[in-house]
Amino acid sequence: MTSASTSTETHTWQASGDDAQPLLSVRELRVHFPTEDGIVKSVDDLSFDLGQGKTLGIVGESGSGKSVTSQAIMGLHRGTRARVSGHILFDGVDLLQISDSELRKRRGRDIAMVFQDPLSALHPYYTVGNQLAEAYRVHHDVSKAAAKTRVVEMLERVGIPSPQTRVDNYPHEFSGGMRQRAMIAMALINDPRLIIADEPTTALDVTVQAQILDLLVGLQKEFGSSIIIITHDLGVVAEMADDILVMYGGKAVERGDADTIFYNPEHPYAWGLLASMPRMDRLRTDRLRPIAGNPPSLINLPSGCAFHPRCVYASDELGCREIVPPFENESEHPVRCLIPHEERLSIFETKVRPTL
Amino acid sequence: MSSTTTEHRREFGEHPDRGGKPLGESILKVTGLKKHFPRKTRGLIPRADSPVKAVDGISFELHRGETLGIVGESGCGKSTAGRTVLQLLAPTGGTIEYLGEDITGVKGAKWRRLRTEMQMVFQDPYGSLNPRQTVGAIVGAPFHIQGIKPPKGVKAEVQDLLARVGLNPEHYNRYPHEFSGGQRQRIGIARAIALRPNVIVCDEPVSALDVSIQAQVVNLLEDLQNEFDLTYVFIAHDLSVVRHISDRVAVMYLGKVMEVADRDELYANPQHPYTQALLSAVPLPDPRKENKRDRILLTGDLPSPINPPSGCVFHTRCPKFRMELSDADKARCTGEIPQQREIAPMHEVACHFPGAPKVEILELEEVPEAPPELLAEIEEVAPPFAEPELLPIGDQDLEADEGRDPTS
Amino acid sequence: MFAYVVRRLFSGVVMLLVMSFVTILLFFSAPVDPARQMCGKSCTPERIEQTRKALGYDKPPTTQWAAFVKGVVVGRDYPADEQMRKEAPQNVVHCSAPCLGYSTVSQQMVASAVGSHVPVSASLALCAFVMWIIAGVVLGVIAALFKGTVLDRTIVGASLLFYAFPTFALALGIYTFFALTPFPGLGHPLFPIPNYTPISQGGVWTWFVNLLLPAFTLALVFIAGYVRITRSFVLESGQEDYIRTAKAKGLESRRILLKHTMRAALTPIVTIAGLDLGGLLGGAIITEKIFNYPGLGKLAFDSTVNYDLPIIVGIVLVAASFVIVANLVVDILYAVIDPRVKYS
Ligand SMILES: Nc1ncnc2c1ncn2[C@@H]1O[C@H](COP(=O)(O)OP(=O)(O)OP(=O)(O)O)[C@@H](O)[C@H]1O
Ligand SMILES: Nc1ncnc2c1ncn2[C@@H]1O[C@H](COP(=O)(O)OP(=O)(O)O)[C@@H](O)[C@H]1O
Ligand code: SF4
Ligand code: SF4
Ligand SMILES: [Mg+2]
Ligand SMILES: [Mg+2]
Repeated sequence: MTSASTSTETHTWQASGDDAQPLLSVRELRVHFPTEDGIVKSVDDLSFDLGQGKTLGIVGESGSGKSVTSQAIMGLHRGTRARVSGHILFDGVDLLQISDSELRKRRGRDIAMVFQDPLSALHPYYTVGNQLAEAYRVHHDVSKAAAKTRVVEMLERVGIPSPQTRVDNYPHEFSGGMRQRAMIAMALINDPRLIIADEPTTALDVTVQAQILDLLVGLQKEFGSSIIIITHDLGVVAEMADDILVMYGGKAVERGDADTIFYNPEHPYAWGLLASMPRMDRLRTDRLRPIAGNPPSLINLPSGCAFHPRCVYASDELGCREIVPPFENESEHPVRCLIPHEERLSIFETKVRPTL
Repeated sequence: MSSTTTEHRREFGEHPDRGGKPLGESILKVTGLKKHFPRKTRGLIPRADSPVKAVDGISFELHRGETLGIVGESGCGKSTAGRTVLQLLAPTGGTIEYLGEDITGVKGAKWRRLRTEMQMVFQDPYGSLNPRQTVGAIVGAPFHIQGIKPPKGVKAEVQDLLARVGLNPEHYNRYPHEFSGGQRQRIGIARAIALRPNVIVCDEPVSALDVSIQAQVVNLLEDLQNEFDLTYVFIAHDLSVVRHISDRVAVMYLGKVMEVADRDELYANPQHPYTQALLSAVPLPDPRKENKRDRILLTGDLPSPINPPSGCVFHTRCPKFRMELSDADKARCTGEIPQQREIAPMHEVACHFPGAPKVEILELEEVPEAPPELLAEIEEVAPPFAEPELLPIGDQDLEADEGRDPTS
Repeated sequence: MFAYVVRRLFSGVVMLLVMSFVTILLFFSAPVDPARQMCGKSCTPERIEQTRKALGYDKPPTTQWAAFVKGVVVGRDYPADEQMRKEAPQNVVHCSAPCLGYSTVSQQMVASAVGSHVPVSASLALCAFVMWIIAGVVLGVIAALFKGTVLDRTIVGASLLFYAFPTFALALGIYTFFALTPFPGLGHPLFPIPNYTPISQGGVWTWFVNLLLPAFTLALVFIAGYVRITRSFVLESGQEDYIRTAKAKGLESRRILLKHTMRAALTPIVTIAGLDLGGLLGGAIITEKIFNYPGLGKLAFDSTVNYDLPIIVGIVLVAASFVIVANLVVDILYAVIDPRVKYS
């Protein structure tokens, strides 16, 4: 029995401390895919920082650009038709500017990734041990035997029973939870400084999800890595994240520490998300209040504020249909909404909070 | 702050939706239902091997207008249970009574009539609709199959149905791929209610949808239930959604019901170690609570339903078994199958040693009622710039590219 | 696994039995009388009758089929008629175990006629196979890596062109250009006129040089499918999650291609390769005919022209066995390639 807790101390946006530079600093990231139907703006003007040892949760509906963002950080869009621009500063180095081989050296060693569906993310024809050893040997010049020792050690670390024999199993011989553990072992095998987990538990049952999240938190404490956890489950970010970034239609719409996003959200989309969620931990069960309409098409993003067709507070006085609301990146709690700050606070206090 | 004392339960144990209303007539009574899938090993001489015990003796009763939630981990037999209750799969054992009549294994015309009374809504809004049929044909199919002619004609009836589930009736001739996931689920629901059934089995109807869309579909299902006095079996793995929609909740594990009780009773006072673990595993959307919460972590993996553990099927992972029981008690867990038995009115548990957990697993928070006038106001305000409901064509290939997983 | 192979072989045998029965039925209903064919111009009805009896053609088709099957399994004696064997024991000829009958037209045992042509077709098929597999996969990978460029279009276009070209035209063209016409600046053709020489006679080099042109022709015909499959697989697998994982590990793209992508591409390639090879072992009719190569294909062609039905039956069965075995080998290879495939 463990309590998977994150630190409760309140902290400022410069999460890593007073004047230390953040481990990862993303500025004006854009990832656009030219397609036959038009340009898909999967990520548009995204900026955030992540401090050493901290956890950032990225939430948003499907298609809001979460996975594309994570792939951009890993440089996985190189050599595809995607157009990537902006800056991704990792430890002061712009990952978008360095050469392929420089980037490759960092992939898997400094930044590692855990994918959503561990079955399809592992090669079906090679043993788990083979694939983990490969991840280790790319970055370490060691013998096969030494790599295998390391693999067994890591499998044991992530809680795979009898790792000595399991190392020679194929992915399909593992259960879903064990596969995800193996993926995490693979991500951690080189002691990365940043782990990007893209919906690491979406394909798993809750009891297994609890084990995996617990494992991630424990390993983070041990290794001191930073984590970006991408999910659509607000419960998962509430458990894991220090800071939260809410995405909508490829853009960040609100960012702040976990407490702020859950208790003092200011964006109408965040309000809508909280209102539409059934709460298991509350006695009151009145009707759910969904957000009207459907998530936007990224080809034909609504003009102005992309949320305007679903937003009950939208109006032409504010200019919601013409003006793309700015995102004050350097502030502690930036919100991409045209309603003035004071008024947002008052709407939240009078109309939203009482119904949450 | 809540406690799990009896008084407290009584206070909050009423179904707010039922409002203390007496139970409706018993509509569905399932007793000892089993569904085993035979496995044939194909050797030189094929032989029957031990079967997959997908559902292995479950019992529950359901009253008109109620919703029974079935929760449990993947592969525990929820879908199989739903299908077997509807007689879409032939049960291996046990009985199903519908309105007092034993319908186990009915065939022919009777079976067909049953199809007008019991319907199903599926999880996958992408796979469960024929992509080559128009929405009109899909929703109208039950009329043609059953040879039923609605008074206004099939087309008018289908258009009414589309309007009822919140789709534009003019989209009668559109194809499923022109709709978003949530809209496709509405099409599936329209098809299910077409013949005004009494019972609908919803197999994970919202699991594939985004949170904001989930709420739309859940509300729709609730509205339809009130309007047509429907009885639901609501299968899901999301315990929050189940808590919201259900009157009674059954927790399944490896083909068996571990615990079944009224909704508030189950969440406030879970007695089975598995229910407790399940509830404690759900992360709450509240960082302050999450920081304080203790988790009951299960170890190991779900055993195979081909070779379920002896005695209590949960004993290989049961925290109580592992940490609290004496050796004599353990022997009982491994040796004797615990039967589903009532430990309190309307609260059945299949465990030899039921009891409240050592740690508080779910702190039920009392929040002040939302001001009704505010709720009414919210109900009325629609987004001023709402767009027409249909997805723009051209977005579709992209979705197909992404695969079917809406969460990707 | 063993049980699986046995079961598959068993069903293969059943298939061959059915095929042999059908071909014998067809044979039986053919408008030509093989006995008549054999006995030449100055033929009396008695002699025809005698020949017919000697070959067993007087019996009903089921009896003939039974005798045929028995011949394949344990061999048989000619004349087929017991009485005739008793009368003239000195004339009895034994047709040993895989006895496929006797050809009245070419006046030889079918098994030996077919048997002597098998190595030729096999040499040709194997040689062509190696060429097209290597070239097809390499070109497919190149096309995928340079997707959308001129190089890609050239490779895909050219392979399609060869595929679309009628085989006989391709074969004739290659034959004329490389073996008949003097090569520019050389004074004589680049290759000798292909003339099959077994390894036992001329050694590996001569065997190979003589094989080159017809094998090359066949390879050109087959290459398109392999280019296409390889290309599309390499492209598609770029979207596979496990390839993304490989990239995220920091592997070099060459290693990803060789280790991860190609391993996964093996399954579809093995499938069509096995079936193509199995089919080709039964003879390449047009190519062999044009290059005058004495393989099963040419034998089939000539036998058809001469109405030599016993030989045709023999070829059909031999070719069918190749296909059946190739199918089985492909299925076994699946289990070797893909650890998820288990036959029990
Ligand atoms: N047709 C079938 N033949 C053999 N086994 C089956 C068949 N259908 C289901 N099973 C097995 O029965 C068990 C229960 O399956 P079921 O689909 O009911 O699970 P579930 O609880 O609905 O899971 P999920 O949450 O993944 O939908 C599983 O072990 C499954 O593999
Ligand atoms: N290779 C691609 N080509 C075109 N569009 C893409 C590609 N990859 C992703 N997209 C689009 O980008 C958007 C964001 O995708 P993604 O980041 O995967 O969403 P999610 O937030 O669900 O992870 C989606 O609309 C998706 O269709
Ligand atoms: S900018 Fe306008 S439309 Fe967008 S969220 Fe704010 S109020 Fe709503
Ligand atoms: S019967 Fe025993 S093993 Fe089963 S749930 Fe109860 S305590 Fe645990
Ligand atoms: Mg299911
Ligand atoms: Mg995603």
